[in-house]
Amino acid sequence: MITNCVILAEPQGTGIAPVALELATLARGISEQVTAVVFDVDAQAAAETLAVYGVTSVVSLGDTSSHLPGVPVADAMREVVDRVGANAVFVAQSYTGRDVLARLSVLLDAPVLTNAVNVREDDGGLVVENLVFGGEKVVSSKITAPIQLIAIRPKSVAAEAAPSATQPSVTEQSVSANSQANRAVIVSSHVEERQGPKLDEAEVVVSGGRGLGNADNYRYIEELANLLHGATGASRAIVDAGWVPYAYQVGQTGKTVKPNLYLAVGISGATQHMVGMKGAKNIIAINKDKDAPILQIADLGVVGDAQKLLPRLIEAIRQKTGA
Amino acid sequence: MKVAVCVKQISDPSEAQTIDPTSMCLNRGAKAILDDSDAYGVEIALRLAEVAGGAEVVLISMAPNQEVQGVRTGLAMGATSAVVVSDPQLAGADALTTAKVLASVVKRIDADLVIAATESTDGYTGTVPAQVAALLGWPALTFAKQIELRGSTLSIQRQTEDGYDVVEADLPGVVSVTAGVVEPRYPSFKGIMSAKSKPVEQLSLGDLGLSVAIDEKVLAVNDAEARTAGQIVEDDGSAEAEIMNYLAQIKVL
Repeated sequence: MITNCVILAEPQGTGIAPVALELATLARGISEQVTAVVFDVDAQAAAETLAVYGVTSVVSLGDTSSHLPGVPVADAMREVVDRVGANAVFVAQSYTGRDVLARLSVLLDAPVLTNAVNVREDDGGLVVENLVFGGEKVVSSKITAPIQLIAIRPKSVAAEAAPSATQPSVTEQSVSANSQANRAVIVSSHVEERQGPKLDEAEVVVSGGRGLGNADNYRYIEELANLLHGATGASRAIVDAGWVPYAYQVGQTGKTVKPNLYLAVGISGATQHMVGMKGAKNIIAINKDKDAPILQIADLGVVGDAQKLLPRLIEAIRQKTGA
Repeated sequence: MKVAVCVKQISDPSEAQTIDPTSMCLNRGAKAILDDSDAYGVEIALRLAEVAGGAEVVLISMAPNQEVQGVRTGLAMGATSAVVVSDPQLAGADALTTAKVLASVVKRIDADLVIAATESTDGYTGTVPAQVAALLGWPALTFAKQIELRGSTLSIQRQTEDGYDVVEADLPGVVSVTAGVVEPRYPSFKGIMSAKSKPVEQLSLGDLGLSVAIDEKVLAVNDAEARTAGQIVEDDGSAEAEIMNYLAQIKVL
């Protein structure tokens, strides 16, 4: 039986990341007590949001922003786990979530399961589901250690408000920055300006792949996304090739997106990519190769040369919208 | 300076992948290759070694069998030597077990810097580099999209949700690199020939004084809900009209 679940509600902007509410929704479904650990945010404001999603207590670690969060947050979470007697920990499959979970697993000498798309209770324990082979197969696994350390892919479960809001207690806990491992210092932070909505929150995502021909042609993707008020994404192939940064990558090793429309241009549909986008409501794919796997899952597949088709499509949208 | 690069030898992901119904492990194809993700780590290590004036680059790998084919690719790129830990008990090893084995090799070879990919292409757990760091008590500089070594100070650009942070730490340390960080070199003919005679040390768990207990298990592998193909059209010079219709239908336009 899971009685006590600790979730990591990581910061994003000035508040907590939306995925924290997904974690809270999942946690309260299997555990009576849900403790959320927050840092680098206004703890009271975070607690008010988390209360709506059924979190029963909040622990604030204050400001950790000068160091990489992995070490100090994991050290503090270990204390929280011991104090509340937690038997499950949920984090997001994010940069921070993975770093924290990795260190926590060493501190507790317990294994991790990551990339979870669902966690369900079964026979007193937890069964964790993740996708392999581009989302064709669901693997159900179980941790046999006394504590379940799990990273959940954002957008896997919908955040739903609890039937009635809770009144979580808020406690402060200091973090120690003295450990030998905590030598990684953040010297400066840089925001890369991207226009339009965030990739994992956009209603429309336009992604490009090798079929664009060259890096310069990625401008068509940007223009289309702009016209459709969407975000731009990419296949691993063009991220590896250095055309666009890693932050653009959609897929197993990148972001999971679930937009209303996913427009895949010149992406063949390697399993690696499909797992990150097959949850889209509508999929349009443009590909030269009529046997490309992506056409097998697209609602509308166009067999053609993206370099020729995209300028015409952009022009047609311009005419219709007057943009 | 000694740089250890964690590398994984995987079944070629471009070939059909299957799961063994008894062991619930991925069936290993006849040919093991160096995971593409790891080529970036090897390349980075070679460049840092050049900057540092001829440091040693040691590939470290773990496999249930005595596999070395993938490691030879890294040696052909220019790595100095390799250590492969093989033991039947490592079949189905989880990330923490893997990290314990790798961290133990790092100590054994007395490396100052460990470089690893962010995650493997097949298992993609994504925690091994930070677990190795935690086991060694070293900082983990994760998700690096650029890396520099100035004297004994590591400086990386760490990928964040909306850009990057510049993160620094003194050696020793662990760095995980994202794909695309550098263009990995192709092994030259000379490299391939010389790789055949480079030292590859084979170790068992016993040699490292380790025993493993794997605390997780796969219960079932089932088909996921499938999506089916919709309408497929050929672009005869006017396919944009089809797309416009569809966009109107779903009210995007």
